[in-house]
Amino acid sequence: MNAGVRVRTGGLRSFVARRLLLGAAQTVAVVLLVFALTEALPGDAAVALAGDQPDPARIAAIREAMDLDRPAYERLADWAAGLTHGDFGTSLASGRPVSGYIADGFGPSLLLASLTLALLVPLGFGLGVLAARHEGRLVDRLVSGVTLAVYAVPEFALGVLLVTVLALKLAWLPPTAVGYGTDLLAHPAALVLPVLVLLSRPVCSLSRLVRAGMVDALASPYAAHARRYGVPGARVRYAHALPNALAPAAQQLARTVDWLLCGVIVVEALFVIPGLGTVLLNAVAERDVPVVQGLAVVFGVLTVVLNLGADVVAYRLTPRAGVAA
Amino acid sequence: MYDERFSGLRRRGFLAATTGAAALTLVGCGGDTDSADGKNGGGTPKRGGRLRAAFAGGGASETLDPHLANLFADVARAKALYDKLADYGADLSAQPRLAAKWEPDKTLDRWQVTLRKATFHDGRPVTAKDVLYSYRRIADPEQTFRAKASLEPIDLDASRATGDRAIEFVLKRPTAEFPNILAAFGAYIVPDGARDFDSKPVGSGPFRFVSFTPGRSAVLRRYDDYWEGAPHLDELEFVVANEESARVNALLGGQVEYAHELNPTTARAHEGRGQIEIVRLRNSAMQAFCMKTDRAPFDDKRVREAFFLIADRKELVDGALSGAGVIGNDLFGKGYEYYADDLPQRAQDLDRARALLKKAGAEKLKVTLDTSAVAAGFTEAASIFRDQAAKAGVTIDVKMGSKDSYWSDILDNGTLCCYRSGAMPIEAHISQRLLTESTTNATKWRHKDFDALYQQAQSTRDTTERAAVYARMQRRLYAEGGFLVWGFADWILGTARNVKGVRTAAPANTLDWARFDKVWLA
Repeated sequence: MNAGVRVRTGGLRSFVARRLLLGAAQTVAVVLLVFALTEALPGDAAVALAGDQPDPARIAAIREAMDLDRPAYERLADWAAGLTHGDFGTSLASGRPVSGYIADGFGPSLLLASLTLALLVPLGFGLGVLAARHEGRLVDRLVSGVTLAVYAVPEFALGVLLVTVLALKLAWLPPTAVGYGTDLLAHPAALVLPVLVLLSRPVCSLSRLVRAGMVDALASPYAAHARRYGVPGARVRYAHALPNALAPAAQQLARTVDWLLCGVIVVEALFVIPGLGTVLLNAVAERDVPVVQGLAVVFGVLTVVLNLGADVVAYRLTPRAGVAA
Repeated sequence: MYDERFSGLRRRGFLAATTGAAALTLVGCGGDTDSADGKNGGGTPKRGGRLRAAFAGGGASETLDPHLANLFADVARAKALYDKLADYGADLSAQPRLAAKWEPDKTLDRWQVTLRKATFHDGRPVTAKDVLYSYRRIADPEQTFRAKASLEPIDLDASRATGDRAIEFVLKRPTAEFPNILAAFGAYIVPDGARDFDSKPVGSGPFRFVSFTPGRSAVLRRYDDYWEGAPHLDELEFVVANEESARVNALLGGQVEYAHELNPTTARAHEGRGQIEIVRLRNSAMQAFCMKTDRAPFDDKRVREAFFLIADRKELVDGALSGAGVIGNDLFGKGYEYYADDLPQRAQDLDRARALLKKAGAEKLKVTLDTSAVAAGFTEAASIFRDQAAKAGVTIDVKMGSKDSYWSDILDNGTLCCYRSGAMPIEAHISQRLLTESTTNATKWRHKDFDALYQQAQSTRDTTERAAVYARMQRRLYAEGGFLVWGFADWILGTARNVKGVRTAAPANTLDWARFDKVWLA
C-alpha cells in the first residue's frame, strides 16, 4: 500500500513538472500569437487614437511619440525583457503601468468568479445528483428539461430579460453596478443579477455532467457489487459513484473558472462591471499592445494553472484512467 | 462600441491676403445667455443635490488632462473643470467665455484679447500667463495634442501678455474667424505650469475636483466662486457605461439622472411615457456619403450630380437614423452661422440621374461603397443607398471595414464611403476638409479658386461681406462638391424627470451641450 502511494506521488510530481513546462511553452505561444494578431489588425495605436481626425502628420507624430516607428520585434523584445523582472510595461494610450490595468480589472472579475463558483458547485452537483438519483423519473426529467432550456438562452438575452423583469418592472434589484467601481462588495444587491446570469449556463453543463457520471457509475458492476454486500445506498452514491463523476466535472469546473476570470464581456458590459474583459476589449480597440500582451500573459498563466489543477484532481480521483498530459 | 469620437477643429495654412478696413470690435454679451428658448422644463432653479451622468467612456486609459480630450465623456469632464477663452453657441458662432472681449487690428492678424475676472479653484486669478502657458503646451512640437493644428495660425513666440488680463495674439496671417480658434476643441486654459491632471487638477470651471477613477467615475463639487455664478448642483458625478442598454437601464432604475447618447429606438420607446425625459439635440451629426473627386468615376461632376439625385434622403433618415434627424441638402452645417439655406432642397430624380450618367458615359456603373460599424447607422445607410442606386442602374458593392481604423482607411483609399461629422463652424469644416492643404480632405476637393475664396473670407472683416463669400463657396459645393450630405442626426439624451435646465437647442459639442452648471434637480 505504502509503496503504491509513493509510486503514484512520484508519478504525480513528474506529471506536474511536465505539465508546468508545457504550460510555460503554451503561455509563450499565446503571447506570441496575440502579439502577431494584434500587429496584424488594421491600424495601430496611433491610428486608433487619431480617430476621426486622421491627419497623416499627426498620426506620424503620435507613432513616433509611442515608439511605434520601431520594428515590431524590437518592441516585443523590450517588452519581454521587462517581463523577466516583473515589469509589464506601460500602456500606449495613457502611459500608465499595465500592471495597474490588470490589478484594477482583476478585482471585479475575481469577485464575480468567486461568488459564481461558490454557488455553482453546490447547485451543479446537487442538481446532478438529484437527477441521477431519480433517473428517468419526473424529477430527472424536470431538472434535465429546465437545465437544457436555460442553457439554450444566450447570456445577453437572459441578462436583458432579468434586468427588465427583476430590476425595472419589479424594482427588486438595481439594474446595473454603474458608479460602484471596485467597491462592489458594498453593494451586494448589484451583484445578484450578474451572478445569476453567470451561473445560468455553467450550472446546466455541470449538472448534466455530474448526472451522466453518476448514472454511469451507479450502473457499473462495482456499484452493483457494493450494493450486494449491503453497503447503504447513500454510501454507494456519495463514496463510490460520485467520485467517478467528479473527474470530468472538475475539468469542466476549471474551464468555467477560467472563463469567469478572463472576464465575461457580455456580463461586464450589460451590468457595467469594469473587469478584465472590459480592459481587454478597450485595449484591443485602442491597439494598446502592451496592455493586450499583459492580459495575454495573465490569461495564459490562469488557463494553464487551472487546467493543471483540474487534471491533478482528476488524476487523484481516477488513477486507473490515467491522464493525458 | 465606445469610440464615438467627435470632431475637433483643424486648421490649415493659407497665404496671407490683406484688406484694409476700419477697426471692428467683437464684443460678446458677456453675461448669461439664459434665454427662454430651448430649455428642458422651467421653474425657478433649485440649489443642491447630486447629479450622476452616464457617458460612454475610454476605459482605464481615461485622463482628466483637458488637452487630451477626445471622447464626449472627456469633453464633458473637461468643460466642468475648465474653461476655454470662447465656446460655440447653438449656431456654432464663437461666444466669449474666459475672454471678455476680442478686438482685431486693421489687418486681422493681430488680436487684443481681454480676460474677464475669473479665478482658479485654488483662488489664483486667471491671467494672461496661464493662457499663454496653456496654448504653448498644446502647440508644443514634441507633443501631439489634438488642438495643436487648430492653434496653428497663432504665432505663439510673438504673442505676449500686455497686462495681467490682456494678451496680444500675433497671427501668421489674417484670420477673421480668430474667435473660432479660441473656441477650438480642447483649447482649455490650465494654470501656468500645470502638468499633473489626474491627482488634483485645478481649473477655472464651474466644478472643482473631488475624485477620479479612470474608466469608472469622476466626482466633482460646485465651485462657489465661478465667474458666471455658482452651479445649482452640489455635486456632479460622471460615470462610465459603454453599453447603451446599460445607460438606459441605469437611468430607468434611478441609478443615474442623465444618460448621454441613446439610440433612436430607445428614444421612441420611452418618449412621452412619463418615466424619463428624452432630449433631442438637433443638427448634431452630419451624415454623408463622401465621393473622391480626384478619381474615376467621381472626377466627372455629372456623375457626382447623378449621385446627388439618386439619394432618397427621407428614406435614408427614416431607415438609417430611425427617423431621428432631418434631411440634408449636400451642405455641411444646417442651422449654423453662414449656412446657405436659400438653396433649393434636392430630391430624388432617377430619370435625370440616369440621363447624367449616360452623358458621362457611365451607364452600368459599378462602385464600391466603404462602410463600417464605426458610427450608428453607417451600415444601414450603405445598404439603403445600394438599393436606391440600383434603381438608377448603378451597382454598388458595400464593403465593411474595421471600425478602429476606419477614418484613416477611407482618407486616401477607395472612391465612395460613409462619412459623418460632429458640429463645428462651417469655416472649420472648410479649412479642415476642403482646401488643397487640408489634412483630412476625404473628398480630395482641391481647387485653387476655392482656396482663394477661403482666404478672401478670412481677410474680410465685414460679416455681411464674409457671409456672401461663404455663400458663394457653398453654392459651388452644392452644385459639384464631393459630399452627398443626406441628413443631420439628432443627438439623443435621456434625463430623469426631476432634471431641469437641460438645453435642447444646442448641438452636441457646443457650449450648452452637457452643461451641468445650468442644470438643477427639482
